[in-house]
Amino acid sequence: MTAPGGELLVFAVLTPVLGILLSFARGGRAAEAITLALAPVGLVLAGFVAWLVAWSGAPLVYEIGGLAPPLGIALRADGASATMMVVTALIVPAAAFYAREKFATPQGGESRSALTFWIMLQAIWAALNLVFLGSDLFNLYVALELLTFAAVPLVCIDGRPETLAAALRYLLFALFGSISYLLGVALLYGGYGTLDIVLLGQKIEGTPLVWTAAALMTAGLLAKTALFPLHIWLPPAHANAPAAASAVLSGLVVKGSFFLALRLWFYVLPGLPIAAPAALLGALGGCAALFGSILALRQARLKLLVAYSTVAQIGYLFLMFPLAAAPAGGALGWSGGFMQVLAHAFAKAAMFLSAGVLAEALGHDRIAQFGGAARALPLTFLTLGLGGLSLMGLPPSGGFEAKWFLLRACAASGQWIWAVPILGGGLLAGGYVFRILAPALGDGEVKVKASPRRSQELVALGLVVIALALAFAPENFFEFIRIGRPLAGGGAS
Amino acid sequence: MTPSVLAGLVGAALVGLGLYGLISNPHPLRKLLAFNLVGSGVFLVFGIVARRGAAAGFAFDPVPQAMVITGIVVAFAASALAVALILRLAAASGKVTLDPRAWTKPGEGGQ
Repeated sequence: MTAPGGELLVFAVLTPVLGILLSFARGGRAAEAITLALAPVGLVLAGFVAWLVAWSGAPLVYEIGGLAPPLGIALRADGASATMMVVTALIVPAAAFYAREKFATPQGGESRSALTFWIMLQAIWAALNLVFLGSDLFNLYVALELLTFAAVPLVCIDGRPETLAAALRYLLFALFGSISYLLGVALLYGGYGTLDIVLLGQKIEGTPLVWTAAALMTAGLLAKTALFPLHIWLPPAHANAPAAASAVLSGLVVKGSFFLALRLWFYVLPGLPIAAPAALLGALGGCAALFGSILALRQARLKLLVAYSTVAQIGYLFLMFPLAAAPAGGALGWSGGFMQVLAHAFAKAAMFLSAGVLAEALGHDRIAQFGGAARALPLTFLTLGLGGLSLMGLPPSGGFEAKWFLLRACAASGQWIWAVPILGGGLLAGGYVFRILAPALGDGEVKVKASPRRSQELVALGLVVIALALAFAPENFFEFIRIGRPLAGGGAS
Repeated sequence: MTPSVLAGLVGAALVGLGLYGLISNPHPLRKLLAFNLVGSGVFLVFGIVARRGAAAGFAFDPVPQAMVITGIVVAFAASALAVALILRLAAASGKVTLDPRAWTKPGEGGQ
């Protein structure tokens, strides 16, 4: 049954699509204006969906064409997807606002890079909303592909050979991921005749077919999420993209495929004994957290350092699997993992935007030559420092809240081993944040080529303030993100 | 051996060959061809799934066919995007390689 207000879900997906069509038709400066005009509309839609979900305490469902699954396809907003929609509606407009200078349309004409940027940004928004709302595994495959096709051009938007190579590598990894996911979908359809997440979740059994399908789909999603050891495409792609694009790619796009992995394991398969595969995912996550942080410590360029830090932070996300699947403390693990998704999205977007400001102002982003830069760009280094606070997991920040929940989940379920990457990764994060800040706060004189734009610095600061404010999320918020999560199999308490 | 089993084995072989090519060939164009081989294998598997059509109660389930068509469109779009990137890469630099060491000098970089 389509609930009252379910039409909002369709509007949430279609509004950016409408923006893309209008941008194409009008061309020129219109693309930029339309993207910026979408910002309040998207935020109101996402906020309204979240309010409806919170008010009714149940997922908001829209059945397309009035056909119920398994015949039709449903869009479904639960607490987790509504939260992610709001996050998207905050970060995408922030990146758009930040990018107005770099991708301004020349007077009286249009440039290819500007038009591509604005259209792809809206496409990412539409695809992400579909990923968060989709309730049919094949529909989600299409959403995931749209997300990739929108993200790849953003990587190589300036057309330098190294960015083209990075984009190509990203695309090939993503293609492997999607075809592997699709094979899993085919097997599940063959077994159950439906791909609706809710229906599958009720029918699913621990047969070899289901485990094979789950393994194929998970492997595909890991390649797209860049979990260690499939992370090698991420640093060059994210570090070479323009700053505004990097913020969206690192903050949001990798979360899209991660969200699908959550959907698969906690919504489709919650009735099965998933402790062993969840432990494997957790082990990969733990390796990513340590390995990514160590590589981040060794980078000479700021944007590469921030990109490797994304590899590490993605690792923490996957600790959610063993901790949230445990019979005891599962709810703590879920809250902590989700808080990590949010904290990393805001903190990382802010840090990439700051890295962009820095690169524009200094003309380079080599950390060794940052001596004294904090005096020239105090606001930007404040943002980098506060973002680093959240990455390290020091209070008060969303990152601290996330790690605190995860550690409590470790204690409650007796899985002490996961505390090692949580604490060790935080220590290493402290190391690489120190590496950025220490030379900048030290002596020296930097040549500022162009004075930084205050508006861009403030956008980044605004995002990092949200990352810190997450530390004060009330208890109701954690109840909200559990709305619509199946409880079978003792996954949640 | 029934036709469905044969088709299934062929599908599996295509996926296996394609996966091997995707991982072992260094050249992007060959990787792209290998990806299309994997795609063909997956679509073949989808075809057999349609033949089973068990759950919906049809003699022949049309839904997987719709999915295959969508999948082919998506794979085509992906291949076109990849070819466009390869062409741009060749035009911009005169070489087509994915090795990151070919593009960055140590301690150097743009932006």
